[in-house]
Amino acid sequence: MSQYYTATDHFVLVPAIMLALFGCAILLFDFWVFPEPKQRKWLLAFLALGEAFAGYGLWQQHTYIAGQGIAELTAFQGSLVVDGFSLFFNWMFIAAASIVALMSYRYLEVEGEHHGEYYSLILLAQCGMYFLASGADLITLFVGLELMALCFYIMVGFLRSDKRSNEAAMKYLLLGGFSSGFLAYGFSLLYGLSGSTKLSEIGVAIARRDPADPVLLLAMVTTTVGLLFKISAVPFHMWAPDAYEGAPTTVTAYLSVGSKAASIAFLLRIFLGPLASARAAWEPLLVFAAIASLTVGNLAAISQHNIKRLLAYSSISHAGYMLLGLVAGNETGIKGVAVYVLVYTFTNLGVFLVIVALRREGLVGDNIDDLAGLMHKSPGYALLMLICLLSLAGIPPTAGFIGKYYIFLSLIQAGRYVLAAAAALYVAVAIYYYFRIVRSMFMSDAEDAGAMETTFGVRVAAALTGLGTLGIGIFPEPFLRFAGQSLIR
Amino acid sequence: MNEHLLSIVLFTPLAGLLVLLFLPASNKNLIRLWANFSAIAGFLVSLPLVFRFDKSNGGFQYLERFDWIPTLGVKYAVGIDGISLLLVMLTTLTGVIAIFSSWKSIDEHVKEYYAMFLLQQTGMIGVFISLDFFLFYVFWEVVLVPMYFIIGVWGGPRKLYAAIKFFLYTLTGSVLMLLGILTLYFQHFTQRGFYTFEISELMKLNMPLHIEQWVFWAFFIGFAIKVPMFPFHTWLPDAHVEAPTAGSVILASVLLKMGTYGFIRFSLPLVPKASIEPWIVQVLAGLSIIGIIYGALVSLMQKDWKKLVAYSSVSHLGFCTLGIFSLNPNGIAGSVIQQINHGISTGMLFLIVGVVYERRHTREIKEYGGLAHVMPLYSIVFAFAMLSSAGMPLLNGFIGEFTILQGAFEANRAWAAFAVTGVVLGAAYLLWLYQRTMLGQVTNAKNLRLPDLSLREFLVFVPFIAWAIWIGVYPKPYFDVLEKPVAQLVERVRPGYFDRKPLADARGSVTATEPRPSGSGHSTEVAR
Repeated sequence: MSQYYTATDHFVLVPAIMLALFGCAILLFDFWVFPEPKQRKWLLAFLALGEAFAGYGLWQQHTYIAGQGIAELTAFQGSLVVDGFSLFFNWMFIAAASIVALMSYRYLEVEGEHHGEYYSLILLAQCGMYFLASGADLITLFVGLELMALCFYIMVGFLRSDKRSNEAAMKYLLLGGFSSGFLAYGFSLLYGLSGSTKLSEIGVAIARRDPADPVLLLAMVTTTVGLLFKISAVPFHMWAPDAYEGAPTTVTAYLSVGSKAASIAFLLRIFLGPLASARAAWEPLLVFAAIASLTVGNLAAISQHNIKRLLAYSSISHAGYMLLGLVAGNETGIKGVAVYVLVYTFTNLGVFLVIVALRREGLVGDNIDDLAGLMHKSPGYALLMLICLLSLAGIPPTAGFIGKYYIFLSLIQAGRYVLAAAAALYVAVAIYYYFRIVRSMFMSDAEDAGAMETTFGVRVAAALTGLGTLGIGIFPEPFLRFAGQSLIR
Repeated sequence: MNEHLLSIVLFTPLAGLLVLLFLPASNKNLIRLWANFSAIAGFLVSLPLVFRFDKSNGGFQYLERFDWIPTLGVKYAVGIDGISLLLVMLTTLTGVIAIFSSWKSIDEHVKEYYAMFLLQQTGMIGVFISLDFFLFYVFWEVVLVPMYFIIGVWGGPRKLYAAIKFFLYTLTGSVLMLLGILTLYFQHFTQRGFYTFEISELMKLNMPLHIEQWVFWAFFIGFAIKVPMFPFHTWLPDAHVEAPTAGSVILASVLLKMGTYGFIRFSLPLVPKASIEPWIVQVLAGLSIIGIIYGALVSLMQKDWKKLVAYSSVSHLGFCTLGIFSLNPNGIAGSVIQQINHGISTGMLFLIVGVVYERRHTREIKEYGGLAHVMPLYSIVFAFAMLSSAGMPLLNGFIGEFTILQGAFEANRAWAAFAVTGVVLGAAYLLWLYQRTMLGQVTNAKNLRLPDLSLREFLVFVPFIAWAIWIGVYPKPYFDVLEKPVAQLVERVRPGYFDRKPLADARGSVTATEPRPSGSGHSTEVAR
């Protein structure tokens, strides 16, 4: 170990190394050792091993930080940081990636596009997310973002023979590249303003400047545009419905929770770190984006027939709620965003899992009508869907309520009653379109009698998401404490 | 035993539900038996609440407090006073009746049906016993989901529309109420330095009037939609008409009471300054009176039997809210008793409609006529229900309406004058309904061979009829149970209310209402 790679550096990097290592190993083994289609289940074992090692690394970081009683551990001259925030998000990424992998196996078989590199891409995307959650340097963050995004571009277009999937990948790639350009431009201005790429130093430099400085405003606006694109907030949401609809459903699930959570983490790092002192300038932008996201997301979802498109709009509205927590800006709000993302991860995975489980030969399962009569065919999955939809809408005692609770409370605490009332009223709009799905499941008769064919993996994933959604709702205490440790100071 | 009694009452239906889930869906009779058993067990375990209740204690009894979510300051805190005792008993009894009455009428998805009712029972009991606002809100929302399914799956032709309308209306109200709750919660933190949702703690707050007013209106929307008060009542006829009979019974008898209970338990004591603000009281009393008269007039117009009963609920609930916002002991005690009465009489009326609907599958009033000749027992039971709802002396409705009018008179004579027309109109639409359906010759040949009530159908009515007569003949126990909590409530909202007049007199007008009704009303007037 040299001064360029110390023991601490290694310690901080272990989970990412594991993810990258196993990601590459899957590629190699898929090619040389397991060429037979039947042997692909070993790749799943590789992925599990990768997650386990990454999880072990995280666990060590966790205990080390708690044991030493320090707030953060920086590495690579301050360009990576391990703190409660990064740990919180990274645990969530591990959960999300594992659940997605569990439900992917049978789905890809049915789609006829089962290739080993899929699992590799899951791990590599997660590696990108790792850097987004723990990066403290513009370059690190940007590289992490691109690593994640590139993996998703490929995964969205994974169904090579499906036009929709190709179209979605193309759209996502073009718009994603465009937004990365904005972000890079904003970053270059931030660098120009401060002479450093480290978030802490940029923060100091910006705090010294006049908040109305036009260069600063330009830097902030371009950065904000790039970030809002990544979390699919209005008015930069156009890619989401197409990408969600066209992508393989398992990828949509991963995109909607993994990519979203990582981007939110990224956004919080930027806005609460270097841009914190320019709050007066960016807050109106975020208020606008939040309200616009709630409005567009909720209203456009009402008329959707494709359930993946509907969920895309719903995820746009959830981005609005998360932004509101940041707008409130108090401790409750930031904690609220963390809780919200956690809850949203389990809940949304549960919803997508039911759609994935529906897929079989001859049934795409992404229309609301495809769910008709699900209650009588597979009551368990119908119940899971119901619980998750109630959670997405924010009805107690599901987890979603706890997330909404924090957002509302933070707005009231900040004295923003009008925003709180608007956000609350959109819950009623949301219940309307979520309950269109419920209506189809419980109150219409099945069009075909075919029962669902599920595998062990899907059932385990179903149990995990269901337990997460109900468990966080009924016993939120440990999760809230955990989220409380994640605050960026 | 006493310390966990309420939790046992609360979770008995839920335990029944858990067992129910493991019963085979194909064996419908087993499921019916088990559901009825669970409901009856739910009622039986709630009986000790009555026997062990200490009337001399005005505070909450059977208290239980545990930390639930310490980070948020949320406690599992439950307890009941006289007001909630009556409503809990109403809930457990109505649960038995609703579940028993569905034995034959439901033949599809039987298991899911009973599961929803049992879940609903736990939710409703939870609403009435929660002493923690967060817990209350959880139960309040939990109730929505089963009722949505009861209407939406087992309902009539327009069930989907009615179900989602019910859900959206109530949800809109409750999220705004949630904002009010959070305001209180946050105010409590700034004033007293710790987060709590406990009502007893929140009552120690002293907030400026404008915040109290904003909280009051936030609560108002949540509760008024639930009651429902005019002009938020439009979901009610749809929900009632489309719901299956047992769903209507639960909806009318218990669910609507959650709104009035909310006013009594939360609005008045938590934001007392806003609650006695004269213009707010005027607005609320005005809406109540409009509800009374409008509901009665619309009832007169109805061609659909069930819709008539639904609109009569709007009118009767108007009395309940009027009583509450009279803000005196008579009004509030009368309101609580009238809530029970409405549960009994309207529950019966919906069951009555259900009986003929099962036989004829129509609710058009003009399809019927002269049923008294064909179904004599049925017509007698209907007469009971109708007279109890119309407020005939010696039956329960009279006691409630009379006491409320007494309270309204004390608060403002004009209110009483207007509200009295509601009593008259109520008698009109109910008697006319009875006349059109029961009396005269049998006008429709299809009705000639309708079977009379079966033993099971008759048994469904027995508890309600017995209760109606009990309240009508000897209401003293009810006033006794209510006296202390109501007096505390009035003292909280209008400090010094009892000092202004001789204490004995004010109490006397509560307890001794019935034996000499006119005299007591008079004495209140003189004392002024």
